[in-house]
Amino acid sequence: MSASLKEFISEAEEILSEAEGYLVQIQESLDSGPDPDKLNALFRAVHTLKGNSSLFGQDDIKDLTHRLEELLDDLRMGRIPLDNSVIDFLFKEIDLLKATIKTLETKKKVDLSQEIREVDEFRKSITSTEKDTSLKGLIDDEILKVLSEYEEHRLKENIKNKRGIFILEVILPLEGFDEQLKAISEKIKSVGELLSTLPTTKDVPGGYIGFKLLFGSEKDSEFLKNVLQNEPKLVYAPKPPAVSADTAPPQKSIETIKSTTSTVRVDIDKVDRILDTIGELHLSKGMIKDVEQQLRQIYGYSDIVFEIHRASQLLEKRLTELQQNVLDIRMVPIGQIFTRVAQLVRRYSRQMGKKIELQIYGEDTELDKYVAEEVVDPLMHIVRNSIDHGIEYPEERKKIGKSETGTLVMKAYQKGNHVVIEVEDDGRGINRKKLLDKALTMGLVKEGVELNDSEILELIFTPGLSTKEEASDVSGRGVGMDVVKEKITSLGGYVDIKSKEGSFTRISLTIPITLAIIKALIVTVSGHEFAIPLTSISETLEIDRNLLNSIEGRLIYNLRGRAVPIVSLKEFYQLSDLELSEITEKFIVITGFEDRVVGLLVDDLLGAHDIVIKSLGSYFEGFKGFSGAAEIGSGKLVLVIDTEAIISETLLRSRGENV
Amino acid sequence: VKNILIVEDSASTRSLVKTIIEDLGEEFYVYEASNGFEALKALPTERFDLIITDINMPDINGLELINFIKTSELYKNIPIIIISTERSEEDRKRGLSLGADAYVTKPFKPKELQETVLKVLQK
Repeated sequence: MSASLKEFISEAEEILSEAEGYLVQIQESLDSGPDPDKLNALFRAVHTLKGNSSLFGQDDIKDLTHRLEELLDDLRMGRIPLDNSVIDFLFKEIDLLKATIKTLETKKKVDLSQEIREVDEFRKSITSTEKDTSLKGLIDDEILKVLSEYEEHRLKENIKNKRGIFILEVILPLEGFDEQLKAISEKIKSVGELLSTLPTTKDVPGGYIGFKLLFGSEKDSEFLKNVLQNEPKLVYAPKPPAVSADTAPPQKSIETIKSTTSTVRVDIDKVDRILDTIGELHLSKGMIKDVEQQLRQIYGYSDIVFEIHRASQLLEKRLTELQQNVLDIRMVPIGQIFTRVAQLVRRYSRQMGKKIELQIYGEDTELDKYVAEEVVDPLMHIVRNSIDHGIEYPEERKKIGKSETGTLVMKAYQKGNHVVIEVEDDGRGINRKKLLDKALTMGLVKEGVELNDSEILELIFTPGLSTKEEASDVSGRGVGMDVVKEKITSLGGYVDIKSKEGSFTRISLTIPITLAIIKALIVTVSGHEFAIPLTSISETLEIDRNLLNSIEGRLIYNLRGRAVPIVSLKEFYQLSDLELSEITEKFIVITGFEDRVVGLLVDDLLGAHDIVIKSLGSYFEGFKGFSGAAEIGSGKLVLVIDTEAIISETLLRSRGENV
Repeated sequence: VKNILIVEDSASTRSLVKTIIEDLGEEFYVYEASNGFEALKALPTERFDLIITDINMPDINGLELINFIKTSELYKNIPIIIISTERSEEDRKRGLSLGADAYVTKPFKPKELQETVLKVLQK
């Protein structure tokens, strides 16, 4: 017996036992009127069996099932009445088919001509009932044209039985829509008959899918609204309303888009507006605190001061809660992004003829919607690079003793106020020599300057540097890791790269969870106030002059035995005309983490503030060292220091390169 | 490379159609969906050059799927071939009026399906 015949037999057996199950259910519910869903399912089972038998050349089975299909079609279309005699007949036929299929395991062909005649005779013995009316004009054409003949018949039946016809519109996220849709369909089936499920993309945002669910029900709109948690649109009312014409149900097509899930989709701009208001409330709170302080100076710790203190404490607490809740609205799981990247991996690996297994970890890690969207492109870029330059072709991998299938790992986890996203491949790693040679020919590194390993790897972020000679379809010309870095940096994050030649490359993106409202330290430099995001500060300290040294014109601070490059903000932003070599600042703000740390000299620390960073706009584009501006009370504006820009520039400079 | 999606609820018919199409050459990739839901989920994951669909399926039938594809900005240019039985002539007509490009009637000969596929892809 051939493999495909075996497949046919096993599927046929499955279909027949399913069919038998439906028939039992139909028989049980016969008194309360046959269940149209079960009858249709039975029809479909026989229909499928017929299709399969014809494809596998089982002509006699095909002819028999064809007759049965016609009989069932008449039944489901209501052309002939369903009673116990018909059901008994169908039971007999299913038994016959079961036995016949069984014989196929040993016999090649079966002769069913006698049985086929029997079905024909049985059909002739049943008198048909009359046909029904047209739906034209009753129901919108848009809906009618996509109904199958059977669905149309069910629609007519529902109208004939004086049921109302409704449409429920839902919009669901593409991810997992089927589960949600099934839940909604079940609810509809509990109050009526689901006639058609029509998917649509019209007026549906990307990443979502819309459905129009057409159903008939005896219940009224109010009742349905309660069960479905949403009001379905009435498209056909069973009887003309006895009241005035104004209240007649609308019969035009549907404009409202309703969702039955408990989720609402909100334009991110609206959330931002709430955040703006919260930002302003923070300012008001600051004013109240000021008043509290003044009152305390005048009245000491009297009752009224205590009262206002309590009130402002409560306000602060609730404000923080509100802010947290609003920020939570903006949070999305990174899995949404990973899914998109995963599709790309699948497509590109096939295009390239490489075998890649994708592993994803930490997809539940949440981060701000805005940040998540901004990180997509850099992530795509890194993944493309991994597929294109990192992971080797299967033959090559086999030759060097690796498994033919490469592994690409995407991992996300939270680290304080940051989210770390790692992309690691087990490919050929980064070739230091090639990278360095290229940098030398391009004049990015001076001949003779010694670079340590991580500094060499950092070169990959230099514009225009690609180690692969030709452009490829996947990542195009120039790897463009500089663009990745620029984007991540502009988000207030940083990029780290680890790689071992011949074995792996791991790129980690560390980005703040949110940019919407952040805490910032307000500092003064030469009488100007600046904000430094707390997320980028590792510590602040008072200067101990003994630990501050100047080496080759560069300031180095000895931080617990570690040499930290120091930047004078006064100098960096050219705030003072005087060429003063003397350091008058009192504090150092240590920014950055791990091996990328720089100290900033400031005059004074004024305390922490919640700030909403506003972009500086295109007018200030190219203005280095600031990531935006923020209001910090009494209408005062401060510039927000872009610590990443300062760190990058300082570390580059200390490496002895021209920037 | 030609990416082809088969939407058909019978597993054996599906694998038969898959075999027939894969016989056309190595550049033909066949994706399978056993119902309308799976088809809807498969659509955004790949750039399909052709969709072959049955009409009579549970939940979301072939007509609803065709209407979805042909009214979607993203997918409306993907050609569609209907596979149906002689019996469902009315449904087939509706499918074609909704924008399906061709049809094959069950039972069909492998050659017939192959020719239809090539013809539709050429357009």
